[in-house]
Amino acid sequence: MSGENHITEVGGTGVPIPGDDIDTDQILPARFMKEVTFDNMADYLFYDARRDDGEFNDHPLNRFDGASIAVINSNFGCGSSREHAPQAMMRWGVDGIVGESYAEIFRDNCKSLGIPAVTTDHETVVELQEWIEDNPDGEIDIDVENEEVSYGDTTIDVEIDDAMKEALVEGIWDTTALMYSNRSKVEETTADLPYVEGDD
Amino acid sequence: MSNGTLYDKVWEKHKVAELPSGQDQLFIGLHLVHEVTSPQAFGMLRERDLDVAYPNQTFATTDHIAPTEAEKRERPLTDEQSEEMLSALERNTSENGITFFGFESGKQGITHVVAPELGLSQPGMTVACGDSHTATHGAFGSIGVGIGTSQIRDVLATGCIAADKQNVRRINVEGELGEGVYAKDIILKIIQDLGVDGGVGHVYEYSGPAIEALDMEGRLAVCNMSIEGGARAGYINPDETTYEYLQGREYVPEGEAFEERKEYWESVKSDDDAEYDDVVTVDADDIDPLLTWGINPGQVIEITDSVPHPEDFEARTDREAAEQALDHMDIEPGQSMLGYDVDVAFLGTCTNGRVTDFAEAAKILEGHTVDDDVRALAVPGSETVREECEARGIDETFINAGFQWRRAGCSMCLAMNDDSLEGDEVCASSSNRNFIGRQGSKEGRTVLMSPAMVAAAAVEGEVADAREFLSDDPAGGASGVEEAAD
Ligand code: SF4
Repeated sequence: MSGENHITEVGGTGVPIPGDDIDTDQILPARFMKEVTFDNMADYLFYDARRDDGEFNDHPLNRFDGASIAVINSNFGCGSSREHAPQAMMRWGVDGIVGESYAEIFRDNCKSLGIPAVTTDHETVVELQEWIEDNPDGEIDIDVENEEVSYGDTTIDVEIDDAMKEALVEGIWDTTALMYSNRSKVEETTADLPYVEGDD
Repeated sequence: MSNGTLYDKVWEKHKVAELPSGQDQLFIGLHLVHEVTSPQAFGMLRERDLDVAYPNQTFATTDHIAPTEAEKRERPLTDEQSEEMLSALERNTSENGITFFGFESGKQGITHVVAPELGLSQPGMTVACGDSHTATHGAFGSIGVGIGTSQIRDVLATGCIAADKQNVRRINVEGELGEGVYAKDIILKIIQDLGVDGGVGHVYEYSGPAIEALDMEGRLAVCNMSIEGGARAGYINPDETTYEYLQGREYVPEGEAFEERKEYWESVKSDDDAEYDDVVTVDADDIDPLLTWGINPGQVIEITDSVPHPEDFEARTDREAAEQALDHMDIEPGQSMLGYDVDVAFLGTCTNGRVTDFAEAAKILEGHTVDDDVRALAVPGSETVREECEARGIDETFINAGFQWRRAGCSMCLAMNDDSLEGDEVCASSSNRNFIGRQGSKEGRTVLMSPAMVAAAAVEGEVADAREFLSDDPAGGASGVEEAAD
C-alpha cells in the first residue's frame, strides 16, 4: 500500500467531550442513519445534546469548532456498532481521540477509519480537558509511534492498542487489500469447514 | 489465555492468517446484512471494483426501517429515505447474488430472529453482521460479532475480518429460575453484577444448570444482551436442545448429512478441562424479575428492591450517572419501581420478539385488558414468528386485550420507522437499550424488562410484578413477592 496511509502523528486544537458511557445513540441518533452515504454525518454529530429547543447550546462541540483532537472519558462509544458515529466525528474534523477507555466496536471502527484512539488515566484526561477549556487555541499533538501526547509544556505517556498502532504506523489500517491478498489461504481454511460450500 | 474452550476451537478453525498488525484474519461463515449499515459498504466495494467473495454465505433482510403497519408496507414506502435504503438493499443483493428476505418472501424480520429460525445460525460458525446484537447467534455455540461498515466491506470483499482474540469468562448460572422469572432476568442480573463495561476484553461463555434448562429462545435472549454487558460476544455450548431445535429447519441438512454435521458441532464444544481466564457464578434461585430504573442497562434492580441512592455507588462516575438517571427518569432514590406510571408497552425486538416471548406475555394478558392510558404494541421479531403466533391464536389474546398486533421489524427499539415515543412518555419495553433518545424521543423514558413484565405493566398502567398474574390463587401471588423480599 502507498505511503500516504501511514499515520504516525495527528494534531490540532482540542475539544473535551466529558462523560462516561457516552453511547453511539448520543453521538449519532438513529433517526439520522437513514441516508445511504456517510456524506452528511457531520451535521448530525451529537445532534440532540448540542441543541436546546432547536437552538445550539453551549455543548463543547459548539464552542470548540475547528478542533481536531477529542478528549473523552471512559467507555466512550458503547452501544450500537454503527460506524456512523466515528464517521460523523471524522467528518466533523476529529483526527485523533484521547480518553480513558473505548467500547471495543467503536475502537475497531476508529482503526478502520485511521483515527488513533489513545488512552490514559482519569486524572490525566481531566487535566487535559481543563487545559482545553483554558486554551481553546492550544495545539495538542498525538504521537502514535512514541505513544505520547503533548500540549502546552506538557508531554504525557499514553497507551495505544498494539494492533491499532501497528496498523496506523505501517499504513495498513485499510484491511481489505491486505486480506484480499490472502485469498488462497482463505480457500484452504474454508475447505476444512463442513458448512461452507465451495463457491460456485 | 483460555484453552480448550469452544471459542478457542472455533477461532482456530476459522483463522486464515496472522496479519502484520498482530490481529488475526478470521473467516466469517455467515454474514448477515440489513439496510442501515450496508449501503455504504457496497458503495466502497463498487469504488474498488470488487465482487462479493462469498455470496452463498451472505443473507440479507430488512428490519430497522421496516414499517410495522400492514398498509404502510406497500411500495414505494411513504418515507422517502426508507424507500431509498430498501431499494438500495434490493439492488445490492440482487446484483451480487445474495439471498434477500424481503416483505414478499414471508420470511422478513430482524436479522437476529430470522437467521436462527431458518437454521442459518449453527454451532461452530463465525457470524458477523453490521449490528452489535450479532452476539445473539452465540446461543447455538457460534462466535457472533457485531462489526462496523468498513468491516462489512472487508467481509463482502474477502469473507474475513481482522480481529483480536479475546479472553473468555465463564459465567456459571447455578440453580433454577422461579416462576415468572425468565432468561431476560438472568442476563439483566449478570449485567447488574458485572456492569455495562464488565465484559470489555472478554467473550462470555454462559453455562450451568439454569442455562442448560433454557430453550433456544431463552438462550438467544441471554446471548443477545452480552453486548450490553460490554462483552464482544457471548455463547452457549451446543447440546441436545440445540440439535433438536435445528433439526428440520430450512437451511439445516437432513438425514445422514445432519448426523455428519452434528459430529462437527460436537467437536467444537468446550472441553471438560478447558481453561478460562475468569469464572463467575450467579445463582438463579435468588433472582427476582429485574427491570431498569435508569438510562443504561446496568442501572437495573430486582423488582423487590428500591431505586439506589447515588451515594450507594463507590465510583464518582457511577454516582454522577445515577444522578443523571434519576433526573431523566424523574424518580427518587429509595422509591420502589412498582407503581411507576407507564404510557407505552412495547413487546418485540431481537431480544424478546420470538414465539415464546409472546406466549409468555399472553399468559399474563389472558382475561385482562390493557389500561386505558396505555398505548400497547406487539411487534413480532419476524414474519415467521407472526405467522406462528397467529396459527396458535396468540395474536387473538393480544388483540382482545387491547394491544396493536403489528408486522415484523425493529420498531420502537430504536424508532427508525414510524413507531416512536412522544415527549417524556414512559415505555415498559422488552428491548435491550434504555439510552436517552433511543426510542425516538429525547425526553422519552425506557424501562427494560421481560415480556411478561411488559404485559403486566400494560394491564396495570404502571410497573407491576408479573408473578401476581401467574398465581391461580389471587392472594398467593402477593405473598410470593413478600417471600422473595425477605
Ligand atoms: S431489534 Fe433493536 S437491538 Fe435488535 S437489531 Fe433491531 S434495532 Fe438493533
